[in-house]
Amino acid sequence: MRVLLVLSLALGCAFLVSCDDQTTADKAVEKGILIFGNSSEPQGLDPQLVSGVLESNIIRALFEGLCVEHPSENGTALPGAAKSWEHNDDFTVWTFHLGEDRTWSDGNPVTTLDFLFSYERMLTPKLAAEYAEMLYYIKGAEDFHKAKTTDFNEVGVKALDDFTLEITLRGSLPFLPEITKHYTWYPVPRHVILRENEGDIADPDSGWTMPGKLISNGPFTLKSWRINDHIEVERNPHYWDAAQVKLNGIRFLPVNNTYTESRMFFDGLMHVTYTLPPELIPYANENYPDEVRSELYLGTKFIRCNVTREVLKDVRVRKALALALDRESLINNVLRGGQQPTYGMVPPFGNYKTPRSVEFDKEKARQLLVEAGYDGTTKKFPVLKLLTTDRDVAKRLAEAYQGMWAQNLGISVEIEQKEWTSYLVAQTNLDYDLADAGWIGDYLDPTTFLDMWIEGGGNNRTGWFDKDFEKLLKDSEHVPDAGERLKVLQSAEEILMSEIPAIPIYWYTTNYIIDKRVKGWSPLLLNNHPFKFISLETNTE
Amino acid sequence: MTSSEPQPEFARGTSLWMDAWHRLRQNKVAVGSGIFLILMLLLCFVAAWFMADPNIQNLDNKFSSSSGAHWLGTDQMGRDLLSRILYGGQLSLVVGLTATAVAFCIGILYGAVSGYTGGRIDATMMRLVDVLYAIPFLVLIILLQQLFDAKAGEASAWIIEKLNIEKQTTQKTIRRISNVVPLLVAISALGWLTLARITRAQVLSMKQQEFTQAARSLGLSPMRILLRHIIPNTLGPSIVYVTLTVPGFIMYEATLSFLGLGIKAPNSSWGVLIKDGANFMETQPMLLILPGLFFTSTLFAFNFLGDGLRDALDPKAAKD
Amino acid sequence: MLRFIFQRLLQGLLVLFVLLTISFFLISALPGDAFVKEKKMSEEALQEQRARFGLDRPVPLQYAMYLKRLIVNQDLGISPKKNREVSYILKQSFPPSVILGLNALFIACVIGIPLGVFSAVKKNTWFDYFSMGFAMIGICVAAFIVGPLLQTFIAMKVPALKVAGWETPLDILLPALTLGLAPAAYLARLTRGGMLEILNQDYVRTAYAKGLPFLTIIRRHTLRGGLLPTVAFLGPAFAGLISGSFVVETIFQVPGMGRHFINGTVDRDIFLLLGCVLYYGFLIVILNLVSDIIQALMNPRLRDSL
Repeated sequence: MRVLLVLSLALGCAFLVSCDDQTTADKAVEKGILIFGNSSEPQGLDPQLVSGVLESNIIRALFEGLCVEHPSENGTALPGAAKSWEHNDDFTVWTFHLGEDRTWSDGNPVTTLDFLFSYERMLTPKLAAEYAEMLYYIKGAEDFHKAKTTDFNEVGVKALDDFTLEITLRGSLPFLPEITKHYTWYPVPRHVILRENEGDIADPDSGWTMPGKLISNGPFTLKSWRINDHIEVERNPHYWDAAQVKLNGIRFLPVNNTYTESRMFFDGLMHVTYTLPPELIPYANENYPDEVRSELYLGTKFIRCNVTREVLKDVRVRKALALALDRESLINNVLRGGQQPTYGMVPPFGNYKTPRSVEFDKEKARQLLVEAGYDGTTKKFPVLKLLTTDRDVAKRLAEAYQGMWAQNLGISVEIEQKEWTSYLVAQTNLDYDLADAGWIGDYLDPTTFLDMWIEGGGNNRTGWFDKDFEKLLKDSEHVPDAGERLKVLQSAEEILMSEIPAIPIYWYTTNYIIDKRVKGWSPLLLNNHPFKFISLETNTE
Repeated sequence: MTSSEPQPEFARGTSLWMDAWHRLRQNKVAVGSGIFLILMLLLCFVAAWFMADPNIQNLDNKFSSSSGAHWLGTDQMGRDLLSRILYGGQLSLVVGLTATAVAFCIGILYGAVSGYTGGRIDATMMRLVDVLYAIPFLVLIILLQQLFDAKAGEASAWIIEKLNIEKQTTQKTIRRISNVVPLLVAISALGWLTLARITRAQVLSMKQQEFTQAARSLGLSPMRILLRHIIPNTLGPSIVYVTLTVPGFIMYEATLSFLGLGIKAPNSSWGVLIKDGANFMETQPMLLILPGLFFTSTLFAFNFLGDGLRDALDPKAAKD
Repeated sequence: MLRFIFQRLLQGLLVLFVLLTISFFLISALPGDAFVKEKKMSEEALQEQRARFGLDRPVPLQYAMYLKRLIVNQDLGISPKKNREVSYILKQSFPPSVILGLNALFIACVIGIPLGVFSAVKKNTWFDYFSMGFAMIGICVAAFIVGPLLQTFIAMKVPALKVAGWETPLDILLPALTLGLAPAAYLARLTRGGMLEILNQDYVRTAYAKGLPFLTIIRRHTLRGGLLPTVAFLGPAFAGLISGSFVVETIFQVPGMGRHFINGTVDRDIFLLLGCVLYYGFLIVILNLVSDIIQALMNPRLRDSL
């Protein structure tokens, strides 16, 4: 009896609620709140202690660096905490003029003191910031971070007065404003952190980022945070450019399951998804043709080759493996997200011309393998293992590679799926033959894809290195002319690709679905949309 | 000694097992299910040999519908779906049945011994079960994977070498099956816990019943009482539970395969086919429905056979 | 009875201790730790971070430190991955899991037990086959299929029901149904099996012969005995349900414990994972105890075991 009562009550409620045909997304549009799919629970909100893309989405709403992203142009820096900036002739000394009207969300002014504090905190070894390397462009930063000096005055950041910041770099860096858009360069509230952490600059306790405590300088402030449920930010009344900010708030949903996320969009629970899984792309294209987006994204998918393995030591074998993959077919049949087939490591953008190094050519691939001695009679090609993760798409990709190598080269490769941490550990320990991997650029410059391949680099993970390659990278830092500099980097990439320690497969796209009512959202290579320019329009006409 | 000497009647009584067999044969649904299962086994283990290689892909021919070359069409990589289902059935059935058998033996013996001995031993044994329940399973799986991964490959290479197997397909089958061993270890290691609890509860209530007391007063050894008198009487609920664990284990395999334990891509199993098919639910429902049909129909058969067995083993049922 | 409970609780403490010890060493043996990232940290930063959480020491020492902190300060430590108190994380995640679990259990019992009882009574009829077939589907069709199906064909069609999220009471319905379906099926099958055992007992036959009304027989004479295996199953099943389910929680975006269990393992978030293990172990101990007591109360033959 009681059961019946409960059931009928539930049905009654369902009926009552269903009379209201507005979806959650509709209501949010009226309230001016953007609902944003953000993949996972962030590790934290302290800009100096995180390293992921999804954290950066939230931090970008909360904090503001010296320069901010342009809403529709790649590689254009708009004034942020700095109202203007200038540099010397060879791009080694930069002066940023902070706006006097920039304040923290508690009304205190943002001054050069905050920036000095932030960079010192980030570089203090004891804080163990994961991404401190991003500040190594500053003269003396590396030495300070590695505790070779303990005097922060030797690091090239100086406060000329409360609102003038001078940064001296270790080399020429024509694109410094681009770098300052990265969250590692954001200011953190000195007065709050010192108070919360009792004056200890290197205390990693991020209690100060909890809701109610977090003080920020960006267009939004933190409103509420529930683990694995949501993070909501609201308009910051103290923001200097508050007139520009159209949204009243943003709700970040950490939806892990990509299928659920897309279905939430279809059900009117979300305005922008983090991604759109390949299996749902045909469905979305058919039912939501105006909402589906597929945009170039600064990232490269590749297969790492463990060059310490006997077979893979031979560059001809690596090249054969690279040439035997039909990238077009892979993209059209498996990924279906409009990805670009690669011909080099660095995605082409701006003025950088990626050298054409690898393309699908199975005849040549076979020939190379024969040259390497594997002609099917004398020397038998061993069974290689392809390391990959436990994700659905990763498995399908691996199966496709496997099939292509079998059909085009006649070699058998075994797939080894591992859960995430085991997968990373196996790569770091060079305990694999081939590994499915990828890299997302941090800023708009080829170095973000080239620096990693140096000897002993933490993200190299192939055992490969080359002195000439490293010399070219070093040289590029002392070429003040932007065009010349890119040429030097091109020749570095040519060396990398002729040795091919990692086989590039495709350049990423971001595939997602976005509500038509979201305005001011244009494709950006880094997919780092500045929220201050985004608005929700109730009228779609 | 003449053959006409009368045997005492109670010694002559038909055994429990004979009775059960007799009763089982009378149950049409159970017999039908048994026949279906045999057919399915033949299909997976014999007919599959005559099918196309389940791993040959043709990306340009993905999601093709039923045709002469591909009776049930092709999957997302352009592979023959029917042959993937049948080859997958081999693995799923091996996993489901073996893991269940192991869990069944451990669970019943453990629960029965614990329940029958009682006292300190019982307490210790059951608290150990509590501990095992709460051990983080995924941690164990990852460790087992570390431990066994290389070993499974070596073992199959050794078998192939020792038995001097030259046929490629046989070699492949051996590799495929031997990869499943770590998975079986993992599942069997923890799959028996609930069964042990159920059996123990049954044994506790049997222990006090008249027939057990009678057996004890006859001076039979505890082992004999357990094996001959108590366990057969507790089999009913256990068999019911076990028919439920078969599908559970088969699906579990799909999850674990993704963690690198168990079958390796591109090989298939029913669980993996269903899991992959579910991703294409909106656009290619057949990829979910077809393997799902094979899977559920087999499990229905298991289920009805299990019911039949339970009825047949029920000592209280009329001897008709 | 009281003495029995007291003894079992003492044993429970021992269970937790053993569990914690085994888990600690198992987790420590996993490859990698919480600081392994896709973008590799510098060696210096790695050392610093490990030292901060005491994870640079030898494992037995780490274990001793953890135990000391747990017993002396009742402190579960700080999650190295999330940089927050484990107790804070668990406190936030536990209620949704309990609510979801209770609802799932309710659904499971409401569907499963009556189905099982009536299937047993009407054994080998169409009703029996039909309901057992239904139960079978509940088991075969794992949560990772049921969830998306419910999302696509129910939630996206019914305006009041959401695909995912955890805000209004109505949001509980679909995840609870998904989570409850498998245990409902188990319950139905086990109840049917248990009932069949009892229905053949002499005293039930006697009751029939006496001409007692059918429902009275079921209620007064058979349910107690027939539900024994069901109750033995329910203890751990309940603990499993309310400690959260990774699959259902990720599909329906429920901010519960189950996700920490899996993500904590994948992230090597040792202290968070140990916190989850402790909670779960505690639930197992208590609920298995309750299940054993109920079994004993239901079956007079078992009372001696109390």
